[in-house]
Amino acid sequence: MTSGKASPDTESGSARSMAWGPRLGWDRGALARRVSGLPKPVKWALIGLLVVLLYALPLLEIPIISTPDTDFGAVLFTVASYVLVALGLNIVLGYAGLLDLGYVGFYAIGAYTVAVLGSLQAQWSWWLLIPLAVLFTTISGVLLGAPTLRVRGDYLAIVTLGFGEIIRLTALNTEWLGAAKGITGVPRPPSVELFELPHLQWEGATAFLDLDDKTTFLFFGVADQAPYYWLALTVIFVILGADRMLRLSRIGRAWEATREDEDAAELMGVPTFKFKLLAFASGAFIGGLSGALFASRQGFINPESFQLLLSILFVAAVVVGGAGNRWGVILGAIVVAYLPERFRGFEEWRLLVFGAALLVLANFRPQGLIPPRRTRRAQAVDEQLEALEEGADRA
Amino acid sequence: MSFLINNFVELTVTGLVLGAVYGLVALGYTLVYGVLQLINFAHSEVWMFGSFAAVWVTVAVGVAPGSALPVVIGVLLLALLAAMTVSGGVALLLERVAYRRLIRLDAPKLVALISAIGASFALAEIMGLRDRIVGWFGLRDDLDPYVRSARDNTRFRNPLETEGLFTVGGYTVTNVDVIIIVSAVVMMIALDQFIRRTRTGKGIRAVAQDSEAAALMGVNRNRIIRATFLVGGIMAGAAALLYLMRFGVTRWNAGFLLGVKAFTAAVLGGIGNVRGALLGGFVLGLAENYGSALIGSEWRDVVAFLLLVVILLFRPTGLLGESLGRARA
Repeated sequence: MTSGKASPDTESGSARSMAWGPRLGWDRGALARRVSGLPKPVKWALIGLLVVLLYALPLLEIPIISTPDTDFGAVLFTVASYVLVALGLNIVLGYAGLLDLGYVGFYAIGAYTVAVLGSLQAQWSWWLLIPLAVLFTTISGVLLGAPTLRVRGDYLAIVTLGFGEIIRLTALNTEWLGAAKGITGVPRPPSVELFELPHLQWEGATAFLDLDDKTTFLFFGVADQAPYYWLALTVIFVILGADRMLRLSRIGRAWEATREDEDAAELMGVPTFKFKLLAFASGAFIGGLSGALFASRQGFINPESFQLLLSILFVAAVVVGGAGNRWGVILGAIVVAYLPERFRGFEEWRLLVFGAALLVLANFRPQGLIPPRRTRRAQAVDEQLEALEEGADRA
Repeated sequence: MSFLINNFVELTVTGLVLGAVYGLVALGYTLVYGVLQLINFAHSEVWMFGSFAAVWVTVAVGVAPGSALPVVIGVLLLALLAAMTVSGGVALLLERVAYRRLIRLDAPKLVALISAIGASFALAEIMGLRDRIVGWFGLRDDLDPYVRSARDNTRFRNPLETEGLFTVGGYTVTNVDVIIIVSAVVMMIALDQFIRRTRTGKGIRAVAQDSEAAALMGVNRNRIIRATFLVGGIMAGAAALLYLMRFGVTRWNAGFLLGVKAFTAAVLGGIGNVRGALLGGFVLGLAENYGSALIGSEWRDVVAFLLLVVILLFRPTGLLGESLGRARA
């Protein structure tokens, strides 16, 4: 994995590069090892329990974590859509090491596809719109990536930033796309009303069933947003599975090799350009999907919803969590999306706090809160080598 | 098309005025890139702080439009000094907080870029939340004229009244237009001479050419890097005042758009190339004006962004080629 002593001068590189900085003292692998040491049935039971808990979150209304001021289901959906975006950007930034500052552009293309073809210009079915949205964003990812991925790393960031703004300004100035007033009546997912689920009500530490407050299972309305959260959560699980398979496959290794050292990867027979393009397209795919879900939940979109600062928040989520580690970026997305919703008044300070967080993390912990396992291992090897070299010097 | 031909002179002059501002801000990108090969993403915020410093000076002095000429010149010079000082200070702060540690550790470019992006947003937000921040210290009422409506446009009362000087092709060229274009060219020549002739300028060129060899020859690299940031900041401060004289408003998030355009100008002229910055600024200003005359003014920013994308893709070395080191004495 690592080529011994890190040459400090990797041109495009995030990666090994992301591994320097001060080290935390405790062994974060301990919990993971204990869990993976459990017998298989117990492990599956634990995972199943966690999944059920995640699905039940909007019904449980647990006092400390639920939000008093806004519908908890809506907050959970927002968090879930950030998680989805972060997973997509993680493929681009974390696995392939390409800094994309225009990721919101893909999000916008997904959202606009659903809104324009579902409400403004045609009334197509939601089931048709979602695949179309994903198809369009993936194509636009390839179209953008094919010429731009040849420029060097930091220029790529600026080109993508320009691209994101061009998308927003085009939507703002084109009457056919709804211009500044935006698009209303975006189609919602079709409802299948099966049964009703009661919420819990808490008094102190005891919970009661609240029979007045019920969520109709899979009714996608305006007031109760829990079904949107379930939809997004399901999509996340599917994406997580695909992400895991990709990462462990030849493709994942090719991405990592490209990120670590493009020239070396090319010499080893990795067609780096092709794999970078694939990463870009996969990232666009997930970004578009997330945008499409966002639009069909919101029911209304306008160019204001796709500001550049959203791109920066997405990058912050990935970098804060730990680029390249899917659990890390999920944590990052939760931090970025959930804190402002939970603590009123924090919203205003959000960009200041996450801007400062990016600054501090880049300087002191560029690998993020939870760095990828291989980065940690590479770091350990680097440290060992350093210790050996020092020993040799002394002798 | 006919709009472009009928208003050709006006579009050209205002394009050059815009271009002069872009060019001066572009210097900050070009100098830092030349020396460190890093994109100084937060340079736009250096400019933004300078523009507020200029506004605050006019608020503090409270000069009415139409005062005697010496008073007007005095206030403008004071505003210029304040803008240059604040911008230079913010640039030095930026170097200290966002870059120094990363430069010392020879961190990858992407990490430095992320650090600068974070700094950029934090700085802009500090300006946007300045009313809250002074509120913590209980100074909200005392500083009201400075922090009022922090999230809105802040107006600059130009003590110099705009007067027409002469008319060419149906457009009356004003004194402000002339001042802006002339001072940008003068400052650019001064900077060029500074880099060619002074000891610090020689150091900047040496570090840009080969920083290790320069260090071996006794150039203090860290001092040169600081000087580079300072010079870029001072130029951004001057650009801030010139911008305000023509456009009259600034805003906590005005830096972003101007920054991207100035960066475009720097790349257009050849990033790292000091003379290219002004040329790139002028070309971009003209392209924006002609472009928006042709396809509609709401597409102005799209023209600039498209130009940026196209140059980066097809001629990333810019018009004059990118090198600070090659500018020989």
